Amino acid sequence: MEFIKPNVNINFVGNRGKAFIISGLLILMTVVSLFIHGGPNYGIDFAGGILVQVRFTQPTDAADIKKALAPLGMDQSLVQGFGDKKNNEFLIRNERSGLKLQGLSDRVRTTLAKTYGQGKVEVRRVEMVGPKVGKDLREKALLAIFYAIVMIAVYISGRFEQKWGLAAVMAGVLVGATLLVQALLTAMGGDEGIAMVLLILTALVVTVGACWLLKLRYALGAIVALIHDVVITVGVFSLLDKEFTLATVAALLTIIGYSLNDTIIVYDRIRENLKKSGKQPLGETINASINQTLSRTILTSGTTLLVLVCLFILGGGVIEDFALALLVGVVVGTYSSIFVASPVLLLLPEGRPMVIRRSEPARAAAVRPEPVAAQAASTQVSAGKAAGAARQKRSKKSPRKGKRR
Amino acid sequence: MPKNFFLKSTLVAVVIILALLYLVPTIGDGKLPAWWVNTLPSDRIRLGLDLQGGMHLILEVETQKAVAASVERSSQELQRKMRDDNIRAIHPQAGKDNTISLVLLHNNDRAKLEDLVKRDYPDYAVTSSQTLEDGKIQMVLQLTAKAAKHIAEQASTQALETIRNRVDQFGVSEPEILPQSEGRILIQLPGVKDPQRAVALIGKTAQLEFKLVDDSVNPATVTKATLPPGDEILDMYRRDHASGRVDKEPIVVHRRVAMTGATITDARVQMDSQYNQPYVSVAFDSAGARQFADITTRNVKKRLAIILDGKVQSAPVIQEPITGGEARISGDFTMEEARDLAVVLRSGALPAPVKILEERTVGPSLGQDSIDRGLLSMLVGFCLVVGFILLYYRLAGLFANLALLLNLVIITGALAAFQATLTLPGIAGIILTIGMAVDANVLIFERVREELRMGKTPFAAVEAGYGKATLTILDANITTLIAALVLFQFGTGPIRGFAVTLSIGIASSLFTAITFTRLLFDLYLHQFRPRRLLI
Repeated sequence: MEFIKPNVNINFVGNRGKAFIISGLLILMTVVSLFIHGGPNYGIDFAGGILVQVRFTQPTDAADIKKALAPLGMDQSLVQGFGDKKNNEFLIRNERSGLKLQGLSDRVRTTLAKTYGQGKVEVRRVEMVGPKVGKDLREKALLAIFYAIVMIAVYISGRFEQKWGLAAVMAGVLVGATLLVQALLTAMGGDEGIAMVLLILTALVVTVGACWLLKLRYALGAIVALIHDVVITVGVFSLLDKEFTLATVAALLTIIGYSLNDTIIVYDRIRENLKKSGKQPLGETINASINQTLSRTILTSGTTLLVLVCLFILGGGVIEDFALALLVGVVVGTYSSIFVASPVLLLLPEGRPMVIRRSEPARAAAVRPEPVAAQAASTQVSAGKAAGAARQKRSKKSPRKGKRR
Repeated sequence: MPKNFFLKSTLVAVVIILALLYLVPTIGDGKLPAWWVNTLPSDRIRLGLDLQGGMHLILEVETQKAVAASVERSSQELQRKMRDDNIRAIHPQAGKDNTISLVLLHNNDRAKLEDLVKRDYPDYAVTSSQTLEDGKIQMVLQLTAKAAKHIAEQASTQALETIRNRVDQFGVSEPEILPQSEGRILIQLPGVKDPQRAVALIGKTAQLEFKLVDDSVNPATVTKATLPPGDEILDMYRRDHASGRVDKEPIVVHRRVAMTGATITDARVQMDSQYNQPYVSVAFDSAGARQFADITTRNVKKRLAIILDGKVQSAPVIQEPITGGEARISGDFTMEEARDLAVVLRSGALPAPVKILEERTVGPSLGQDSIDRGLLSMLVGFCLVVGFILLYYRLAGLFANLALLLNLVIITGALAAFQATLTLPGIAGIILTIGMAVDANVLIFERVREELRMGKTPFAAVEAGYGKATLTILDANITTLIAALVLFQFGTGPIRGFAVTLSIGIASSLFTAITFTRLLFDLYLHQFRPRRLLI
C-alpha cells in the first residue's frame, strides 16, 4: 500500500511565501488571542488556587453547587460538569488570590457534605496550590522550555554542521547570561513573572540571532520551527480557552522533542542530497528532499496522531487536555517540518564567507561545492570581503524569486 | 547465517526473558510461590498517587517563627539572669528582627550586662544603646544572622524528623517524606483513607506549654491597659455538651512559661470514668518530672493552664504536689481527637508552625477509573496502529508489530525492574511510545522500498535500508530524549512519571525497532531466500 507515490513532486520551496504567510497569521492569532484573554489562562498549578472534583449521588447543577459553597466565599468559583453527564460529576475551580487556602480543601468537603448530606458527596480529587508555589512553577516551566530548545539547538548544530564547540560555547554563554539576569531579577525584586517572560523572549531572539550570525543554518531552521510549533500550540490552547497546567507544559516539551523528528528526517536527506547534488541550487535540493521524505513524514506523524486521538477520546477527563496539546503540537510540528523548517534554510544568504569559515576553507568548499564558495575561500581576505558583499546582494534577491534554475 | 546472528539472537532472547520475569509479579494475582519470591524478582510496578489514590503535600516550615520563639525564650531567661547578677533593668522584651530591647536603670550596670551577654549569649550582639533623658539607658540586643540561620536550619531538620514520626504512627504503607529546597517538605501518602485527618495530624504544631493562671485579675473586665506587666490574656475553649456549641472565654495567665512539653516521653489516651470523657495522660522524663513536681509543690491551690498551640485546653486547680511525673490533659476531645493528640505529643512538637503550600489528593475510585481508561486507550491505540502497519507493510509490517509488542513488554518490565512509578501521564507516555516506536520502522521500510525501486535485491535493499536509516532514527530520537530529560528535571510526581516512561520507551523502541526487526528480516531472508519482498 502506498499513500504517496514515490515520484511525487510538489513545489514546497517555491510556495514557501504562502506557507510563511499562513504561519505568520497563526502566530498573529496567538498574539491576538493572548492579548484578548490577558495572557495565558493559567490553571491552578501556575495561578495558585483550588480545584475539587466531586461526584454526587443525585443530580445537581452548577448553580446549586455554587450556592452551597457561598459560605466559603467560593460562590465565584468556576463549576463545570466533568465527563459523562449521568455521572453527576463536577469540577470546581477557584483561582481567586484572596482565598485563604489553609485548610480549604477540608472546609469544601465539610460544607458540601452539610448541604447534600453525608455520604451523598464523594470528593474524588483535590488540588490546592499556594500562590508562591504557582509562581515558582511558572518560572521553572518557562526555563525548562527554554533549556530544551537551547540543548536541542546545540545538538542539531553539532550533528549537522560539525560545530560542536561553537554551538556549545553559544549555549554556555546564553545559559550563563540567563542565570545571571535571573539572579539580578531576584535580587531586584519586582514583578518577576513579566520580567521572566521578557528574559526568555530576549534569550530566544538572541539565540536565533546567534544562529544567523554564526551561520548555523540547520540549528536556525530547527529553532525557528520549534518556536513556531510551541507558539502556535499555545495559541490554539488560548483560543479554545483551555487552561495551562503542568501537563500542558509537559506536552509542550514533548512536542519540542518530537516535532523535530520529522524535521531531522528531512534535514538528513538534504545533507545526503547535497553531497551528490553538484551544481543544483540549494532550493531545488531542499524541495527534492522534502518530496522524497514526504511519505515517511506523513506516516510517522499519522501513527502518532492515531494513538493520540485514542488517548484524547478514551483517556478520560484528567488526561484530555494533555492529549489535546500533544495532538495540536504534532499536527503543527508536521506542518512546520515541511513548510517552515526546510524553507528557512534558504533565508540565510548562500555561500557568504564568514570570518569563521575562512579558517577552514577546505571544508567550506567541500560542503558547498559551488564555484562562488570555492572562489571565496581562495581569495585574499580583503578581496573576499568585497566579493562577499557583492554576493550578498545577489543572494538577497534570489530567494524572493523562489525557484533558482 | 548472517553476521553476528547468534550474538544478536542471544541478546534479544535474554532481554525478552528478563522483561517477562520482571513482569510476572505485576500480571499475577499477587500470590507467587515461595521459591519464586526467594530467587526471582517479586516487585510489582509501583503506581503513582494519581492511579492508586493518595495524598501529596508540600509543607513549608515557618522557620522565622522558630527563630522568634528562641529570641522570646532568651529574653525571658535574660530577665532571670539579670536578676541573679543584680543588674537592674526594666523587663527585656523581644521585638522585631530578632531583637531584645531593655532599659537599664543605672549607667554602671552597663558593663555588667555586656559581660553577661558576652558570657552567656554569644549569639547576640549589642546593636544600639542610647542614654535617655532620665539617665536610664535603652539597649538593643540582636541575634546574629549566622545564629538565626542555624536555628532556622535546626528547625527544618527537627520538623522533618517529627513529621516522619507522626506519619509512621499514622499507619500508611510506603510513605515518602523528603526535604526540598527552601525548608520545604514533600510528603506522599499513598492510599490514605482519611486525608483530612492526615493533614490535621501532620500540620499540628503541638506546642504544649504550662503557664500559671493569674487569679488576682478578673478576666472578664481586664483590658490591655489594666493588664499587669508579665501577664497575657489567652482564650479557653469549652464545648457545651448539650448544644455542641464551642464557646471561648478569656483567661489571664503569667506570660512566663512554667514548663513546656519538651520532656514528654509518652502520651496515651485514657477514659475519665466520671464524665465518660477521654483525656490524654502524658509522662515526663526524670528531669521533666522533677520540674513538674517543683512547680506543683510551689503553687498548690493555684490554677495551672495547659496550653496547646496557644489555646488553653484546661486550667485545673493544683490540689496537691504531683511528683509522679505524669500530667493529665483534659479538654473536650472526641475519642479520635484524643488519640491524634496523643500521637502528636508522643512524636514531639514541631519547632515552628507549618504551612501547606500544595495539596493534591486523589480518591481511590478516581485512580481506578484512570487506570481503566488508560488501559482502554492503550489497547485501542495499539490495535489501530498494528492493523494499519500490517495493511501498509504486510510481512514487514508483521515484523514491526512483533517489535511493537516486545516493546510494550520491555517498557513494563523495565518499569518493574527500576521500580519507577507509573502515573496517568506515564500511561499516556506508553501510548505515545506506541505511536512513536513504529516511526523507526516506517523510516527503515520506506528506505528499503526506495532501494528496491532502484532495482536492488531484497538482501541488498534491507542491508542498505537499515544502514542508511539507523543514523537518522538515532538523531530523531535523541532530540525527544533531550526533551524528556529536561522534563524529568522540571517535573514532579505525575509529570516525572511521563518523562520516565517516555525515556524508557524511546530507548527500548530503538532496540526493538532496529535490532529485533533486523533479526527477523535476517532470519526470513536466509530461510526463504525470497525473490520479492512483501513490504
